[in-house]
Amino acid sequence: MNAIIPLVLDTLSSAALIFFAAVGLTLVFNVLRVLNVAHGSFYSIGAYVAASICAFIVSRHLNPYLSFVALLFSAALVAVVLGPLIESTLIRWTYGKSEAVQILITFGLFLILEDLQRMVFGVQSFYEDTPMRLMGSSSIGGVVYLNYQMFLVAMAVIVVFGLRLLIKHSRLGRLVTAVVADREMAQSIGVDTNKIFIFAFSLGVFLAALGGALAVPTSGVAPGLGADTMVLAFAVAAIGGLGQIEGAALAALIVALARVLAIYFVPSLDAVAPYAAMLIVLLVRPYGLFGAITTRRI
Amino acid sequence: MRAILLIVAILAIVAAPMAAPWLQFVLTMAVAKGLAALGVAVLLRAGMISIGHAMFVAASAYGVAFLARAGIADFGLLLVLSVVITGLAGAVVGAFLIRYRAIFFAMLNLAVSMVFYALFAKLYGVTGGTDGMTIPVPTVFGIVLSEPTFKAVLFYGSVALMVVVGLAVHRYLDSPLGHALSAVHTNEVRLEYLGVPVWAVLLVAYVVSAVLAGLGGAIAGFAIGRVVPDFAFWTASGHLVLVAVLGGIGGVPGAFIGAFFLELLHTEAAAFTDAWNLIVGAALIGVIMFLPKGLYGLLTRSEVSAK
Repeated sequence: MNAIIPLVLDTLSSAALIFFAAVGLTLVFNVLRVLNVAHGSFYSIGAYVAASICAFIVSRHLNPYLSFVALLFSAALVAVVLGPLIESTLIRWTYGKSEAVQILITFGLFLILEDLQRMVFGVQSFYEDTPMRLMGSSSIGGVVYLNYQMFLVAMAVIVVFGLRLLIKHSRLGRLVTAVVADREMAQSIGVDTNKIFIFAFSLGVFLAALGGALAVPTSGVAPGLGADTMVLAFAVAAIGGLGQIEGAALAALIVALARVLAIYFVPSLDAVAPYAAMLIVLLVRPYGLFGAITTRRI
Repeated sequence: MRAILLIVAILAIVAAPMAAPWLQFVLTMAVAKGLAALGVAVLLRAGMISIGHAMFVAASAYGVAFLARAGIADFGLLLVLSVVITGLAGAVVGAFLIRYRAIFFAMLNLAVSMVFYALFAKLYGVTGGTDGMTIPVPTVFGIVLSEPTFKAVLFYGSVALMVVVGLAVHRYLDSPLGHALSAVHTNEVRLEYLGVPVWAVLLVAYVVSAVLAGLGGAIAGFAIGRVVPDFAFWTASGHLVLVAVLGGIGGVPGAFIGAFFLELLHTEAAAFTDAWNLIVGAALIGVIMFLPKGLYGLLTRSEVSAK
C-alpha cells in the first residue's frame, strides 16, 4: 500500500503537467485543423517569461505570493502578444492547404521562435521554486509530498472542466462549435470566423504558456524544453485522438503512468515510455482513443 | 541546357576543395544531407510527409559504428552492410506505417523515430548513451589510409555516389512505379481500381527513402567520425524535410540544391551571426509561400521563359 500512494501522486502530478503541454495543441487542431509544430515553443516561452517575472518579484522583495499571480499573468501575456500576431500572419495562410504545408510552415515558425528565445533569454537554465516552497508539503499515510503537486492536479482539473463549460455552455463556445462544424455556414450567418480563429489559437497559446509557467517551480526551464515538450504533446494528443480535450486528459494519465512505472521499475527506459505508448496506441487505433474515423478521399 | 548546368555544378563541387580545402567537410556533409533529403522527397511525391527519417540516418551511422566495433574495417563493406541493414529496417517500419496517411503517417514516423532516439540515448552500455560512438577511419580496398587522405577519398566517393544514386533515383521516379507515387497523391482509390497495389508502390518508396537516408547517414558518420543520438532527434527529421522542400521536390537535383545551398549559407552565415535557425525558419516560410516549387523551380522556370 505504501508503494501505491507515491506512485499515484507522482502519476497524477506529472499527468497534470503533460496534459497542459498537449491540451492547447489538441484544441487548436480541433478548431483550426492545423497541427502546430511550434506549439512546444509557446510552452517554453511561457516558462521563460514566468521564470523572469518570478525572479524579478523575488529580487525586489515583493510579496512572494505575487509569484502565483505572475504564473497566470505571464501565460496571459504570451497569449495576448503572440497569439493574434501569429494566427493572423502565418497560420491563417495555411487554412485549407495540405498537411505537409501546415507542418512545414509551423516548423519554420518553431525554428524562428527557438532562436528568438535563445537571443532573449540566453542559454543558461532558470530555476525559480518560490511558489513551490510557499505551499510546503503534507503527508498521506506517512508519504511526504509537495502541496504544489496537488495544486497542479487541481489546475488541470479546473482547465478540463473550464474548457468544457466554455465550449458547451457559453455563447463564445457555441460560436466556436459552429465554426468547427461548418465554417462557411457559420460565416454566412454572420459569425466573424477570423475572430473565432484568433480566439481559439490564442487560447491554445495561453494553455501551453500556462503549462510552461506551472512547470517552472518543479523543473525549471532550459534550452531544448520546447523541442522536448513538442514531441510529448504530440504523443499525448495523438493517443487521445487529435482534437479531443477529454481524450488528451486520459492520454496524459496513460503517458504519465507509463513513465512513472518505467521510472520505478526500469529507470533507463523512462524516456522511451511515452513514445512506446504512442506507438502502440496508434498502431491499434490510428485515430487515437477518442478520435473520429475519417474516410479516405476519392 | 539543364543537363549542362548540372554537369558544370558537379564539376564545380569536385574542384571546390582544391581551391578551398576547408570546403571539403562542408561539401561532404551537404552530399550526405542531400541524399537523406532525397529520401524524404521521394515520399513527398506521394504527398506523405515523414517527420522521422532521421531515424534511418542514425540507424545507418550506428550500424557503421557497431560493425566497425565488431571488427569489420573495410570502407565499402561497412557502407554496403549498414545501408542494407537500414533498408531492412525501412522495410519493417514501412510495412506498418504505409497503411497511414497525412498527419497520421507523419506522427507515426515521429513516434518510431523518437523510440529510436530514446533507445540510442538511454542504452548506455550498448550505444554509449548521449556520448555516442566513435567511427574509426576504415581501410579502403585493404589500404590503410591516414585520416586526411580518407576524408578526401570519402569526399570524392560521395560525390560519385551522389551522381550514380541521383541518376538511379531519377530513373526510378520516371518509371511507372515512380509515376504511381504521384498518382497516390492525386487519387489513391482510382489507382486501386486500375489494379495497382498501392501498398506495394508505397512500400518500395519507403524502402528506397530509408536506403537513401541510410546512405546519407553512413557518409555523415564517416565524415564526422562519431555518431550521437541527436542524429535521430525529431528536429533533425524536420531539417531533412526542410532541405527537400527548400530545394524543391520536383526533381532529383532539388534535394541536393537545397542541401548545398543550406550548408554553404550556414558556413558563410556562421561568421556573422549565430541566429542560424531564425534565418532557416524564415527562409523555409518564404520559400513555401512564394516559391512553391522550391529553388529548383527557379531554375526550371527560367528555362521555360528562355525558350
